[in-house]
Amino acid sequence: MSEILRVENLTQQFRLDKSLLDKLHWEKGRITLRERVVKAVNGISFHVERGEAFGLVGESGCGKSTTARTIIGLNRPTSGDILFDGKSTAAMDKGERFALHKQMQMIFQDPYASLNPRMTVMDIVTEPILFHKLAGSRQEAEQRAYALLERVGIRPELASRFPHQFSGGQRQRIGIARALAVNPQFIVADEPVSALDVSIQAQILNLLMDLKEERSLSYLFIAHDLSVVRHLCSRLAVMYLGRIVEMGSREQIFEHPSHPYTQLLLAAAPKLTGSSIAGYEIPEKEMPTVLDLPKGCAFCNRCRYASPQCETELPALREVELGHVSACHLCGKK
Amino acid sequence: MANSLKKQWDSLKGSQFYAHYRRSPVALLSSALLLIILFLAVFGPLFTPQNPFDLSSLDLSNAYLPPYPREGSDPAFFMGTDQQGRDIFSAIVYGSRTSLYIGVVGVLLCSALGIFLGVLAGYYGGWLDSLIMRLADIQLSFPSILIAMFLMSALGRGVGNVLIALMLVGWVKFARTVRGETLSVRKMEYVDAARVIGLPSHRIILRYILPNVMTSIIVLATMQVGTFILIEATLSFLGLGVPVTEPSLGMLCSDGFKVMFGGLWWVSVFPGLYIVVIVFAINLLGDFLRDELNPKLK
Repeated sequence: MSEILRVENLTQQFRLDKSLLDKLHWEKGRITLRERVVKAVNGISFHVERGEAFGLVGESGCGKSTTARTIIGLNRPTSGDILFDGKSTAAMDKGERFALHKQMQMIFQDPYASLNPRMTVMDIVTEPILFHKLAGSRQEAEQRAYALLERVGIRPELASRFPHQFSGGQRQRIGIARALAVNPQFIVADEPVSALDVSIQAQILNLLMDLKEERSLSYLFIAHDLSVVRHLCSRLAVMYLGRIVEMGSREQIFEHPSHPYTQLLLAAAPKLTGSSIAGYEIPEKEMPTVLDLPKGCAFCNRCRYASPQCETELPALREVELGHVSACHLCGKK
Repeated sequence: MANSLKKQWDSLKGSQFYAHYRRSPVALLSSALLLIILFLAVFGPLFTPQNPFDLSSLDLSNAYLPPYPREGSDPAFFMGTDQQGRDIFSAIVYGSRTSLYIGVVGVLLCSALGIFLGVLAGYYGGWLDSLIMRLADIQLSFPSILIAMFLMSALGRGVGNVLIALMLVGWVKFARTVRGETLSVRKMEYVDAARVIGLPSHRIILRYILPNVMTSIIVLATMQVGTFILIEATLSFLGLGVPVTEPSLGMLCSDGFKVMFGGLWWVSVFPGLYIVVIVFAINLLGDFLRDELNPKLK
């Protein structure tokens, strides 16, 4: 297997104070020049193998959606590199970057916001086909759109309707058809089921898995729901405040999580039997924010194993077993 | 193309908007009034007793005839006549053509300018946004009638000049509304999806942003037609608007105003009432559209 996507040391920051006046602050009787910067993603590296589904999990605000948007090209990375098929996207010329739109597509989180309400389903699905000239004529494009809609489970006779005439699950299917319209090899799925009813979630996940086999797709799958990732992904990374804290295969992460944050996440997942989070006590301290990241481990405020070293020194990712890395000073010690 | 138009029409007929429209007495009344007004403006000259601009059809012995049921009136000139023996009803019909033309074309021109600047400001942001919006802020700190009067005294009278003045006065409202709507639409995931497809900015603006800010534009444009008719009437009343050869309703009021306190009230009052009816109907329809399409604009 070769890798389709490699992310190296990706950093994404957003400047909150764009104009000079916003940067001025009144502090201790003086005017100082200080800029607030949101450090959404702080030097993360991972890769996705061809034909695999790679999961990126973490709580809200940990930078997983930002990572997805930067990889797909909606944000320009602050630093770091994204390599698609071995080629750095930063070094690509205009034509290559344009061609990338055909190879990499995205499925969005909110099916109620991701379809243009003023376009019919047919127009939505044929737009990428016609724009990238993947069909010789409008008829041919429509034929392809019908086939795609049929495949994702939308009856072709509904194609002339507008998005508001469909349910959330149906809309997400249309969104999937649009993403598939250019025959991509790689799909970024940004929490594709989190806005759907639980009963619909499984249907959409199964559709995504079937499509992956049929079209030998690779996925970068963003989620905050561990059970969703467990269902679909063979490898995954756990993010916390813009950094990857643990990465490994599905079995490694779920069977013997190494990082305390991963342990907390797994303990917090709702279960049918037994106590869930009650067994894991969390120190009642305030979480750091992406505006003001601590010097040491970002998780140490909430960690029950925290030591003085954790507050001052940033833990690096270390291998705990083959293909399983974790960013904790205590790894291998406890 | 025709097929997709029919589809859009069918979808409109099945929509909640259409159902509400059919059941709203206000909307139906205002549409009916507007249809009559438009009909009179377009076909009115076919039944008016005279062409008020054709001097040979005027008869000075008919000067200052009172409205119909009064003593000494002529049933043919049921709204009375002015000092040149001109029939007031005919003058109103011809004057409403000028007024409506200026209102509608003025809104088309100034919405084009305002939409263009508003979309640029909202979509691209940055210094362009700051520049356009500061210009708008500066202009908004002057009363619009003052700016219009200033422009008209600089440009001179004429229908074309009134349109230019209205365009420069009215673009601000459109630009601000469109910018605000663009800012919120631009954050929608379907715009991200269009960017992920690789569509260029101009196509995203035309296919994704504009259709989704259209409802606000329609509401605003409707209301603005009434405002523009009033501004034009004011300008013409003050002698700064249309030339004497193409009198609008405002100018008719102004003409009659000189003799109004001599008891010859009809020369001025009937054109004035007609302005009221037109603007009233437009505003009623505008209110309905606003409530239905975009309650945010209230």
